[in-house]
Amino acid sequence: MDLMIESFPRLLDATILTIELTLLSLFFGVFVGVFFAVLRTSNIKILCCISYYYSYIFRGTPLLVQIFIIYFGFGQVEWLRESFLWIIFKEPYSCAIIAFTLNTGAYTSEILRSAFETIQKGVLEAAYGLGLNKIHVFFKIKLPIVVKQSLPAYGNEMILMLKGTSLASTVTLLDLTGVAKHIISTTFRPVEVFIVAGSIYLLMTFIIHNFVKILEKKLDYSK
Amino acid sequence: MELLAYGDTGWGDELFFATLMTVAVAITAIFIGFLLAAIFASFKLSNTRILNLIGSFYTTVFRGVPELLVIYLFFFGSSGAVMYVAKIFGYDGYIEVNAFLTGAISIGIISGAYSTEVFRGAVQAINRGQFEASEVLGLKKKIYYYKVIIPQMLRLALPNISNVWQITLKDTSLISVTGLVEIMRQSYIAAGSTRDPLFFYSFAAVLYLFLTFLSLKLFNNLEKHYSKGH
Amino acid sequence: MNKFKRLFLSIFASIILLSTSVLADKIKIGTEGAYPPWNAKDESGKLIGFEIELANFLCIYMKHECTIVEQDWDGMIPALVMRKFDAIMAGMSITDERMKTINFSQGYADEVASLAVMKGSSLEGMDTPKAINLSTGGSAVNNALETLTAALTGKTIGVQTATIHQNFLESGDVGKVNIRTYKTQDEVNLDLAAGRIDAALAAAVAFTDYAEKSGKDVVLVGPTFAGGAFGNGVGVGIRKGDNSSAQGKKDAKLLKDFNKAIDTARKQGKISELAIKWFGFDASM
Repeated sequence: MDLMIESFPRLLDATILTIELTLLSLFFGVFVGVFFAVLRTSNIKILCCISYYYSYIFRGTPLLVQIFIIYFGFGQVEWLRESFLWIIFKEPYSCAIIAFTLNTGAYTSEILRSAFETIQKGVLEAAYGLGLNKIHVFFKIKLPIVVKQSLPAYGNEMILMLKGTSLASTVTLLDLTGVAKHIISTTFRPVEVFIVAGSIYLLMTFIIHNFVKILEKKLDYSK
Repeated sequence: MELLAYGDTGWGDELFFATLMTVAVAITAIFIGFLLAAIFASFKLSNTRILNLIGSFYTTVFRGVPELLVIYLFFFGSSGAVMYVAKIFGYDGYIEVNAFLTGAISIGIISGAYSTEVFRGAVQAINRGQFEASEVLGLKKKIYYYKVIIPQMLRLALPNISNVWQITLKDTSLISVTGLVEIMRQSYIAAGSTRDPLFFYSFAAVLYLFLTFLSLKLFNNLEKHYSKGH
Repeated sequence: MNKFKRLFLSIFASIILLSTSVLADKIKIGTEGAYPPWNAKDESGKLIGFEIELANFLCIYMKHECTIVEQDWDGMIPALVMRKFDAIMAGMSITDERMKTINFSQGYADEVASLAVMKGSSLEGMDTPKAINLSTGGSAVNNALETLTAALTGKTIGVQTATIHQNFLESGDVGKVNIRTYKTQDEVNLDLAAGRIDAALAAAVAFTDYAEKSGKDVVLVGPTFAGGAFGNGVGVGIRKGDNSSAQGKKDAKLLKDFNKAIDTARKQGKISELAIKWFGFDASM
């Protein structure tokens, strides 16, 4: 019990980094996801292929491998170290964000793609028939449908990303899991630390879960 | 390529066996998961409130807490817990809980949380009427479970089981922290020893891609097999 | 019938013999396998290094069979306490901090710590003595620490996690530095060479070994450190034993055995010989 109270402030402190990593990765990940989802619907074969393989590779390999390649692997590439890009790749913080963004981007693009596919042809034909132009149709018809369709799946992805940020601890960052591990390996008391750190994670999942639920209700125009 | 030589001069043989280890752990873990899922899914479907709660607690915790944290709990806690239990029974020696078991159990428990949801969803998706029809036809409970419900459940659940398998397979990379020599751990050792992390981690990625590709093919065939007659 | 009886008896006897030789348990020694030249792994995945060879000799002197077990550094002491193995030989320095949890044999080798940077770093050419011992103190040590503080403040320094090197940087003796902790020394070396960190702190031989094998321009700077947070040499870590339980007695005996074996190894010049082979100089103590 003492250990739980003692370690709580330190773990709470580390939670800030976890939240930061999650939000930033999700934010950038949406852009990457939209970009590749749009590429996927393109009629040009090579663009479609690029998008397909991007999502295939990032969904088919563990996030741990991805973050290790980007941090430890790229750190050994001479020309990268001499280029301006090194400002980004030098820091573990930005490497983690890049890895997380590319990972969540791949999943997001798949979620969006299948949402795009649910749009019925008739709806679009009707819209064009009413004289709406392409941009209008995209923002006023397609996007709202896609957002609504993909919300439940994207909610899950947000939770997966929150858990995924725990891997930041493998590249020297002291996030919630990193600090928890540090406390475990110095006190040899895994259960107490797990309860505290685990509860903080569960609270965050709970918040995300309910946030998505409220959003879903708001977007439900059928009512 | 020299780095991947098979034998004492390269890392080819080590990585080959590590790949087998990854597959072995993943298969053991997913079966542990199925076992847990069978229990907890029936909890969640039962009419007893306390069982419902236990079921929900299990799936919420192990789908909401990072895998790495769960693995640390088992890695640092498992031997202690087992020995504590043994002490109650009067045995005061060291009991080795080996890395394979620690890894398979911790990944299995996580995998089981996902499987529970899959099983529950599949059972719920089967039309109520079918239970009634089987009863009217006078089928014994056992028979209608094996001949009617489970085949349908499998067909419905297969795509989702495929997903759980992919998650489980990828999660095995995290047990490298416990010292079990699977793909990630072996790449880590090779990268450290040769000072060439880019090559070895990229190669690890290729190995994982190969495994996920292979299992996707396998599941596609299974799905075809089970959707016969539809 | 008699024949069968004899056969049966001999089989029975050999089973007992075999099982007792299994029961006469081997000593398990935990090592990291990632801290060359102390302990490392070669291409065939075999453990090599100063401590691996020394461990084999110590076991011969103790007339006991041993197996060497691999364990990540950050779980080393927990694994010993959990009885995953019986002794640690992993370049682990004897410190008061660790003595709170485990016991140590007498030291078998000196670990001299040093800072390392990449050639051309602004930290080169610090005006400090060649070596300082934090336990002795005095104005020379204080002056050296002041010089170090001035040079290192605000710099990012990499260390392996849960090491004496991390403890030293955290003690504030060299001012406020950004400490970055890594899982293994390999990772520290990689990031030092990549320029992600301004300097690194570890056993001096860990850097010279890396520089030699990788061909990178890693150079040692500042004084070498000993005493204080750096402890008193490297020893065999063993669980704290007492007379209250069978296991406790065993652990207490193991400590005595190791101390005796180290005495023998020292007298026969084995430690010096192995140190020269792996470190290039006599680090025995």
